[in-house]
Amino acid sequence: MKTFNKVFTVVVLLFLYVPMIVLGAASLNAGTDPAVWKGLTLFNYGELFRDGVLLPLLLNSVIVAVISSMLATILGTMASLGIHAMGPRMKRTVMGVTNIPLTNPEIVTGVSMALLFAFIGTLLKISNVLGFVTLLIAHITFNLPYVILSVTPKLSQMDPDLREAALDLGCTSGQAFFKVVIHEIMPGIISGALMSFTMSLDDFVISYFVYGPNFVTLPVEIYNYTKKPLQPKIYALFTLMFLVILLMMVLMNLLEARDDRRQSLARRALAGRRERAAE
Amino acid sequence: MRNKTLAAPYLVWMAIFTVIPLGIVFYFAFTDGTGAFTLANIDNIGNYLPIFVKSVWLALVSSIICLIIGYPVAYYIAGRSHRGQRFLYMLVMLPMCISFLLRTMAWVALLDDTGILNGFITALGMKPLPLIRTNAAVVLGMVYNYLPYMIMPLYTVIMKIDPRLVEAAQDLGCSNPQVFRRVVFPLSVPGIVSGFTMVFVPAVSTFYISQKLGSSGTTLIGDVIESQFKTAYNPNLGAALSLVLMLLVLICIGVMNRFSGDGEVATV
Repeated sequence: MKTFNKVFTVVVLLFLYVPMIVLGAASLNAGTDPAVWKGLTLFNYGELFRDGVLLPLLLNSVIVAVISSMLATILGTMASLGIHAMGPRMKRTVMGVTNIPLTNPEIVTGVSMALLFAFIGTLLKISNVLGFVTLLIAHITFNLPYVILSVTPKLSQMDPDLREAALDLGCTSGQAFFKVVIHEIMPGIISGALMSFTMSLDDFVISYFVYGPNFVTLPVEIYNYTKKPLQPKIYALFTLMFLVILLMMVLMNLLEARDDRRQSLARRALAGRRERAAE
Repeated sequence: MRNKTLAAPYLVWMAIFTVIPLGIVFYFAFTDGTGAFTLANIDNIGNYLPIFVKSVWLALVSSIICLIIGYPVAYYIAGRSHRGQRFLYMLVMLPMCISFLLRTMAWVALLDDTGILNGFITALGMKPLPLIRTNAAVVLGMVYNYLPYMIMPLYTVIMKIDPRLVEAAQDLGCSNPQVFRRVVFPLSVPGIVSGFTMVFVPAVSTFYISQKLGSSGTTLIGDVIESQFKTAYNPNLGAALSLVLMLLVLICIGVMNRFSGDGEVATV
């Protein structure tokens, strides 16, 4: 059973990486059809940097992702503190609202926001209401639940005495937050912010319904591209992005593994010293 | 900072950008282009019943396949050392950081009539197979894209199972299959429920996968909604269909939560 599971896991992982291999090969292919190998070239990578179309769109995606995840993190952390102070009944209602964007199909969220913006547009008599602001609002909205769901558990895990001790020692409520509470919940805030950032960077479905022609993000443009004959420089861009993310993840893994090793070494040393002291 | 008012900006935000938009969807579903009340859109939904059934069916099949494939993988990862777990988990999540549009395009290149797989098949001297534009291709696309969503919660739940429970069951005379059936599996049900939901919801409402890997025969409800807003421009019908889709998902989540036995909505 163990070996079966092992082999099976390897097969599934290979399955998950098949398209990556196809995209990587297509980016190096001299022909435009990924199914026909016409020889090795780096032309597509050169094209990517020469044509100056895709990289600004990637920048647009990053801009929306950075701003929306930052704002969602601030608003969401504040909300988590508020929710933490609520009674169970109110908490349940608020968490129910928080769950709406998570459980609703993305297409419904996208459509409902598009209708809202169209409504606001007619109300304010703006003919093309869709653009950067609507995109940002939509991204903040779907990012907020991720922040709240990662911060609230940290708040309930936190020892409430810590904050009270800070208050007893003369901190104001604000000081107690910035000197004590925020450090306790920081891992939750960081993971919420990271999750928001990745969700936002990769979002297509919701963006597709609320973007305007003046501000297009990379996933939306890819969708518009895939209706036309594909341009191989897209493969090049994503192969590069994949490699960068792979590198970052491997580095993070190595750093964490090193920390682990150090911690276990320290623990062992400490235990050894205690033993010697006991002797 | 025990202050409920800190949540106020958030609640105002959610009211304006989540609750009111759903109200507008509701309003559009029950009005016509001029804003007059009508039941015509709801009435029209009957014509789309086969598409609804098809969407639910394909999403259900995909979710079940994801569960069957994802469970052994999650189980295997959860049984590794701390470092091994982190590494394998990273490998599962990594493909998700590439745009799902492009990953789907890669499958088009693989499955196309003149695609990579058929290239191999013809090279072996066999006739090319009709791989793309089939139900199976759409299911494959769904399984591929959403499998990590199944593995993620399953792994989290299985990892947290107290190994002493397994040992206790073994001490009390359970064989390995019995341990799995009577201890590990029942304890992993919450993970199954949230994994199932996380695969089913995006799968039932997708429009890109079916456009690329399917044919006109595999038009899904997401495709119809998308076309009402982007090409056919009948937002009223689109809103009515969205409303039904939303209800469908809510019912599905409700049923799934019955299985797990707790009232909380299964997410993430």
